[in-house]
Amino acid sequence: MSIAEPHRPALAEAVARWAEAFRRPTLYLAVLGYALMLGFWYVSVQVLKLPRFSQMPALTDVVREWLSRDPAYGVSIFTPIYYQHILVSLRRIAIAFALATSLGVPVGLLLGWSKAFRDYVFPLFEMLRPIPILAWVPLAIIMLPGDELPVVYLTFLASFFATALNTMLGVKSIDPAYLLAAQCLGASRWRIFAEVIVPGALPFIFTGLQISIGVAWFSLVAAEMISGQFGLGYLINTSYTTVEYPTLVIAMFTLGIVGYSTSALVRRVGEGLMTWRTRQLAMDGRG
Amino acid sequence: MNISQVPRGALSLQDVVKIYDPDGSNVMAVDHCSLEVAAGEICMIVGPSGCGKTSLLNAIAGFHDIDRGSIRLDGEVLCGPERRQAPIGPDRVVVFQNGALFPWKTNLENIAFGPIAQGRLSRAEARGKARAMMAEAGLAGYENDYPGQVSSGLRRRVEIVRALINDPAVLLLDEPYRALDALTKSVLHEALLEIYYKTRKTIFFITHDLEEAIFLGHRVVVMTARPCRPKQIFDVDIPHPRDYGVLTSKRFREIAAEVAEAVNEEALKSFSRGEREG
Repeated sequence: MSIAEPHRPALAEAVARWAEAFRRPTLYLAVLGYALMLGFWYVSVQVLKLPRFSQMPALTDVVREWLSRDPAYGVSIFTPIYYQHILVSLRRIAIAFALATSLGVPVGLLLGWSKAFRDYVFPLFEMLRPIPILAWVPLAIIMLPGDELPVVYLTFLASFFATALNTMLGVKSIDPAYLLAAQCLGASRWRIFAEVIVPGALPFIFTGLQISIGVAWFSLVAAEMISGQFGLGYLINTSYTTVEYPTLVIAMFTLGIVGYSTSALVRRVGEGLMTWRTRQLAMDGRG
Repeated sequence: MNISQVPRGALSLQDVVKIYDPDGSNVMAVDHCSLEVAAGEICMIVGPSGCGKTSLLNAIAGFHDIDRGSIRLDGEVLCGPERRQAPIGPDRVVVFQNGALFPWKTNLENIAFGPIAQGRLSRAEARGKARAMMAEAGLAGYENDYPGQVSSGLRRRVEIVRALINDPAVLLLDEPYRALDALTKSVLHEALLEIYYKTRKTIFFITHDLEEAIFLGHRVVVMTARPCRPKQIFDVDIPHPRDYGVLTSKRFREIAAEVAEAVNEEALKSFSRGEREG
């Protein structure tokens, strides 16, 4: 980007940024990517009518259904039920992600920081981590009461492992010279933890959270397809069994959009907390 | 600058032995090394790669223990038979080979870190003092930049100030200018001397660069190839304050030739054994 003048009003700044975006190929390539996918869908299903694609919902049907005031299968942007499915899924994600982060980060920090803790916990951790979420479904339903808790638990589980593991790697990635330097400068163990270990691990922690939010959606949909009354995964499963294919595709795209937004949010928060890193990357021309 | 001018920081190393024994191989890094560094002296340690110079510095800093001998600072035992490992503390601050400014703290926050961590100054006082010291060291204007945003030469100067704000008895410099180009080095050498003339801190400086060693040091200690002990000590009788003009003086060239010969012998020994960089 060109060198920004220091006191440009926010609006002019925004306009300039957009003008800049329009001059670059990035935006056009992104649009082209979407166009290619939608074009392939349209041509294969509606023009060429390829053999296995005959059952597929057509692009135009899906769009019409999605934007319809009176949708044939009952779900569109004008129906409250659509938003209820989204909100229920989002709420489960929020609870599971919050739990996974608030437990996963401290556990990961401890795993990286304390050898004794690592010796106790890590072998168990590594044995439990590869068990796929779907394998947990029966136990989750047996263990936990109601419809809601098993789904949240399953969503939480994969996120927790991703966050804890990346946090641990983050602690281990810290240059030992930083720890020695902090000791030289007279920092206590606790201060080193708070001012060196935590910020030093932060880039890895946020990589972990990016993965974590992704696997959270993955596990959520798997869990909702098995248990639960609402949610996008539930919607996909029921619209499959009731042969309401346009609704199925609407739910898929909605998942994509909502999932993308949540990852973007996590990334934004990370960038906000790590201005030092953003600026350093920008200096290296990788911003 | 609020730093004491009284020379302190006399280091006394007696028969220091350091053996690494990770897998029963008993590698002797430091072999009965004795060395006296006077208070307020710039003592340059030169030796072949992997000779154990850094082990010596780490023992003084308290990063690891010693197996025999003792190290004293101003008469007080840092480590010896009763206590094998010196405590790590702000009286002996290390400036690391690759730099260890915290990249997540601004330059100012990095410098203010020590006094806050030791509880000597409040956050506001520490920042005020850090700001003043940066200005004095010619670093005004870079307070709110992160280390990753400034040049590597500037980072080294910030790191020296971060050490000095703690009023250490000794500065321990472990090849701090190793990765820098010659022009940047020359600027940093003069900046370091300028700071030295103001503070008269004892400086224990490890380097590979003979010109650097002679230009900065009161004495140049040439170490043997591993295990490391002083092979020959050269008094650099060129009066301080020095500037870059001395590099072309006849006396400088003479000393350089003598030091180079001593180092070369050890370097050949070390090279023929295939020592790793270290």
